[in-house]
Amino acid sequence: MERIDQIVKKHQQTISPTIPILQEIQAIYGYVAPEFLVRVAELIDVPLSTLYGVVTFYTQFRLEPLGKNHIQVCHGTACHLRGADQVFHAIEYESQTSAGEFSVEKVACLGCCSLAPVANVNGKIHGNLTADQARKLVKKLKS
Amino acid sequence: MTRKDYQVYVGMASCGIASGADLVFEKLVEAVSPSIAVEPTGCLGICFCEPLVEVRSLSGQRYLYGNVTEDKLTRIINEHLLNNQVVQELLVPYPQQVRFALQNCGLINPEDLHSYIEVNGYSGLRKALASSPEAVINEIKIAGLRGRGGAGFPTHLKWSLARQSLVQPKYVICNADEGDPGAFMDRSILESDPHSVLEGILIAGYAIGAEQGFIYVRAEYPLAIQRLRLAIQQAMDYNLLGKQILGTDFNFDIQIREGAGAFVCGEETALLMSIEGQRGMPRFRPPYPVDKGLFDCPTVINNVETLANVPRIMEKGAAVFNQYGTKQSTGTKVFALTGDVKHSGLVEIPMGTTINELVFEIGGGISTGGQFKAIQTGGPSGGCIPAELGATPVDYESLAEIGAIMGSGGLLVMDDATCMVNVAQYFLSFASAESCGKCTFCRIGTQKMLEILNKITAGQGELQDLETLEELGKKVAAGSMCGLGQTAPNPLLTTLKYFRPEYEAHILEKRCPAKQCQALIDYQIDSELCRSCGLCKQACPVNAITGSRQEAYQINQSVCIRCGLCVSSCKFAAILISAGEVAS
Ligand SMILES: Cc1cc2nc3c(=O)[nH]c(=O)nc-3n(C[C@H](O)[C@H](O)[C@H](O)COP(=O)(O)O)c2cc1C
Ligand code: FES
Repeated sequence: MERIDQIVKKHQQTISPTIPILQEIQAIYGYVAPEFLVRVAELIDVPLSTLYGVVTFYTQFRLEPLGKNHIQVCHGTACHLRGADQVFHAIEYESQTSAGEFSVEKVACLGCCSLAPVANVNGKIHGNLTADQARKLVKKLKS
Repeated sequence: MTRKDYQVYVGMASCGIASGADLVFEKLVEAVSPSIAVEPTGCLGICFCEPLVEVRSLSGQRYLYGNVTEDKLTRIINEHLLNNQVVQELLVPYPQQVRFALQNCGLINPEDLHSYIEVNGYSGLRKALASSPEAVINEIKIAGLRGRGGAGFPTHLKWSLARQSLVQPKYVICNADEGDPGAFMDRSILESDPHSVLEGILIAGYAIGAEQGFIYVRAEYPLAIQRLRLAIQQAMDYNLLGKQILGTDFNFDIQIREGAGAFVCGEETALLMSIEGQRGMPRFRPPYPVDKGLFDCPTVINNVETLANVPRIMEKGAAVFNQYGTKQSTGTKVFALTGDVKHSGLVEIPMGTTINELVFEIGGGISTGGQFKAIQTGGPSGGCIPAELGATPVDYESLAEIGAIMGSGGLLVMDDATCMVNVAQYFLSFASAESCGKCTFCRIGTQKMLEILNKITAGQGELQDLETLEELGKKVAAGSMCGLGQTAPNPLLTTLKYFRPEYEAHILEKRCPAKQCQALIDYQIDSELCRSCGLCKQACPVNAITGSRQEAYQINQSVCIRCGLCVSSCKFAAILISAGEVAS
């Protein structure tokens, strides 16, 4: 909780600090735990319900921790057209046997549409994927 | 090995890095630095041949190498850099485009302020500060600059309304939310030339009398955020931001706000709510943000590309800008050309260029070997334009006339293997997921339309559905509060208008002519082409494929979920798709 207090303090000068505070918490912990929200609400004097409202409105925020591997499969227009669904299926099937190890999500455009279809695997963008390559990527991470 | 007469640049925007530019950069540094300077640069727009390495000689010669693999890099180093022999067969042509907003992208080092100043950076701001705010606004007016974020509202009007307001403080916001899924113009500009955007914000601030600016940027763009942060720090160090900028009375600060993944926050009133720390829900306009914006203060909100044009206009004069384009749509526009096109990437064209020129000359034609079928402009808010209308010029008015919009710059080229019903379904599912839920027409309407489309693509549609869809579409467009709902039916309405027979095939014949809709296709293994390698059997997640190396492989249709994994695993293209009746 001390860490949370520090983060809030750091943003004191910021104009309307709510979202920047939550973003920094998530950047550090990977998610915003409910007990963090309670503390933040106290410190910046915003009703807890408002904070929950914010956290649930924006897709970026997670109330639960991520798996060891975080995979974002782009479902933007260019990727959709070039087979994002197949890539997603492949990754989902390959990763489902190792519960808890993988967090797989669909996201909108990652901004590399010329390389479609694209996935962000633990922070690195992989482009021009086929379903087959996607599967192999996940397999490698499992070992 | 002292070859100070070369400089080497590596394209290090997101798409370059995703293609391996970071490794190329490291290798180059290792091999030739420090005798030859190796620097990162931004996006040249030819994303289809990343990674890119450019060699510049002291005499001003530039050589561009594309698709640089390890082997190619070794040759470039040994033959060109160390031995003065240009490797002709590895050169790729420079994009033949007008570059105004993108002038510095791929030219300068985005992480170095000096590199920006070398190409006249911040001289637009100097000129602005030396003249009156009214004169600045007038220059923008003569240029005819209109908002590049989609709606095309005249920028000078927005600025002069905010200028006239007596309320203080005032704010400038740069909209870098870039929500259109399939567009990356703003990302490229921010990653390749962040100081231009800062300079544009500063000039806007001076023009309207503001001292605080915000950049609202998507959290999905970490590199853009990092480079913006760096640029802001550098600008502060050189008194280009802060108090008494360049020795004048003008004070200005810029803060970055990261979006948190909500498309609707690109809409200006929702964006304001989000900066204020609330759920990003649009509100009725008027009052417009120029009257009551951030914290109810006068606020100018402009798109990244709009702002990136501003310093160039101030520096070179309005006439250099408005020599391009048409009478009502002056200047150039940046587009993200993607989909089934050979030269996919970022292009800047004079307004009024035709769609055919874009697809065939600039885009190099269709990449898949198929036929050009349609082009989608403006993402989820835009329309599908059929190939027959390829002579349409790309400007605000001409596109609106045929039911599409200019949009922010996403251009998706589709070949004849694309199902237009699927395209409409895709965009509506996006719109209905992103609807903030505040107004009923948008929330319920988009959902209803999506349900009907789901039915049609599942082979359960009725002819009457098409009329219902048209009617719903018109109602949602008329009854929604913000641009999201007002434009969400566009992809549906334009595909219905231009591709009705395709909808009818799904309904009457239970057939998807483009062989895309999963419920209406079958996968079959062609026994002549099959080499019995068994890869498809391994790939199938539901064990629908039976057979062994001795006997023929077959797909059990009642088990198959049509995920397509077998197709991508097959090395012999032996798995065929047929557009049959509804597979039972
Ligand atoms: C649903 C919706 C999403 C939008 N998304 C963006 C966006 O991502 N970027 C942007 O610049 N403008 C976006 N706009 C347009 C903005 O509301 C606003 O018109 C624009 O930022 C004004 O800047 P400009 O005049 O420089 O174009 C969006 C509008 C709507 C209705
Ligand atoms: S659509 Fe996938 S990166 Fe843009």
